[in-house]
Amino acid sequence: MLGNLDLTFFSWDLLAPFVFKGFVFSLWLTVVATVGGIALGTVLALMRLSGVQALVLPAAAYVNTMRSIPLVMVLLWFFLLIPFAIGRQIGAEMSAVITFIAFEAAYFSEIVRAGIQSIPRGQVNAGYAMGMTYGQNMRLIVLPQAFRNMLPVFLTQTIILFQDTSLVYAIGAYDMLKGFETAGKNLGRPIEAYLLAAVLYFLMCLGLSRLVRRVQLKVQIIR
Amino acid sequence: MAWKWQVFCKETTTGETVTGCFGRGGDETYLNWIVSAWGWTLTVSLLALVVALVAGLAIGTIRTLPDRPWVVRFGNAWVELFRNIPLLVQIFLWYFVIPGIFPVMRDVPSIVLVVMALGMFTSARIAEQVRAGIQALPRGQRYAGLALGLSTWQTYRYVLLPMALRIIIPPMTSESMNIMKNSSVAFAVSITELTFFAMQSGEETAAPVEMYLAVTVLYALSAFVINRIMAFIESRTRVPGFVAAGGMAGGH
Repeated sequence: MLGNLDLTFFSWDLLAPFVFKGFVFSLWLTVVATVGGIALGTVLALMRLSGVQALVLPAAAYVNTMRSIPLVMVLLWFFLLIPFAIGRQIGAEMSAVITFIAFEAAYFSEIVRAGIQSIPRGQVNAGYAMGMTYGQNMRLIVLPQAFRNMLPVFLTQTIILFQDTSLVYAIGAYDMLKGFETAGKNLGRPIEAYLLAAVLYFLMCLGLSRLVRRVQLKVQIIR
Repeated sequence: MAWKWQVFCKETTTGETVTGCFGRGGDETYLNWIVSAWGWTLTVSLLALVVALVAGLAIGTIRTLPDRPWVVRFGNAWVELFRNIPLLVQIFLWYFVIPGIFPVMRDVPSIVLVVMALGMFTSARIAEQVRAGIQALPRGQRYAGLALGLSTWQTYRYVLLPMALRIIIPPMTSESMNIMKNSSVAFAVSITELTFFAMQSGEETAAPVEMYLAVTVLYALSAFVINRIMAFIESRTRVPGFVAAGGMAGGH
């Protein structure tokens, strides 16, 4: 059954020239999109919870729009529109980074919103009663606890995000999957290359999800 | 910017504008094409949803069986396998790797392979929801069923599953919407669904904004319709006093 697979092809020297660049890009995209997505997502969540209609409505519209369109379509849209908006080409990789930050922010904002709402209202009121401002309340009372609650979900979302980076295929950016595909084509072993890509993605995501489980046990607030 | 909506009335091979916008005879306009692309998106999504529901329900249920450690381990392995490989890579696995290893699979139409890939991918996530739903029920329900003399199968059939399936409807709603959005990944193996249509027609007609907008609206519309259907099902099957276990969860 596996007889017609040529596994001698799995050697670092053969693969490195094709795969390494893509591997680095996938990881970099994951990290940048997570950090940027959480930052922008927190802003969106605070806007939606602010109670000021002029802030709530645009944030809600943004989040709901992003969440009802497939990521591939968002990638295509941004790839089409960014050059229009800034007046020059920026390349598929940079376009992917901007798209992922903008797209993931919508998902992260929902996580942040749920996290903030998980903090009992009484704590915020207690903060106000002590004479704290909104900013102090958020910074000293709500967000530290909320982020602690959210950490496992953030990490889970990051695993999903890492898997989604493979979709930059749609705009032709050179990521890990593209690296394996190119290697497979150039070395004449496309099937083995896809298989190896799957194994690598699997091991990385499995490792990360094990890590998430451990973090979850560590950080959960005992009530 | 001027809109060029009349591009939808053009014939796809000759580029001539067809009166009435729907091609007759062998002619196909972009309007014909986008309608058929929408049909493919819905077909792939619905078939994959059926696969995902059947497999996810079975796997999710066996993961909660008492005293069957190997069955539970099999269920866990299934979930880990299909959850930890990106969907696009799974589609390539079904499309290139499996027919490469098993030559029998070479004659299977590509639509079946994509449905299997999307269905199996989603089955892992549905299995996780089903397991959570069953485990969210008070343990007393299982014991009560067994104490009444029901077999394990009967306990699941008449006591646990009817409750568990109702309380997981909200997460199932988002999974159904996800499956529709995820069907866009089928573009990579040239299934002529909406995303493939958007890429192809945007290039051919040099009117990508119009094409992308139409496709985006159809996706949003489909997601909205699914959402309403599920809300209807939820309101018809609701058990007073029970709400979803849910809480915070990531996902797309």
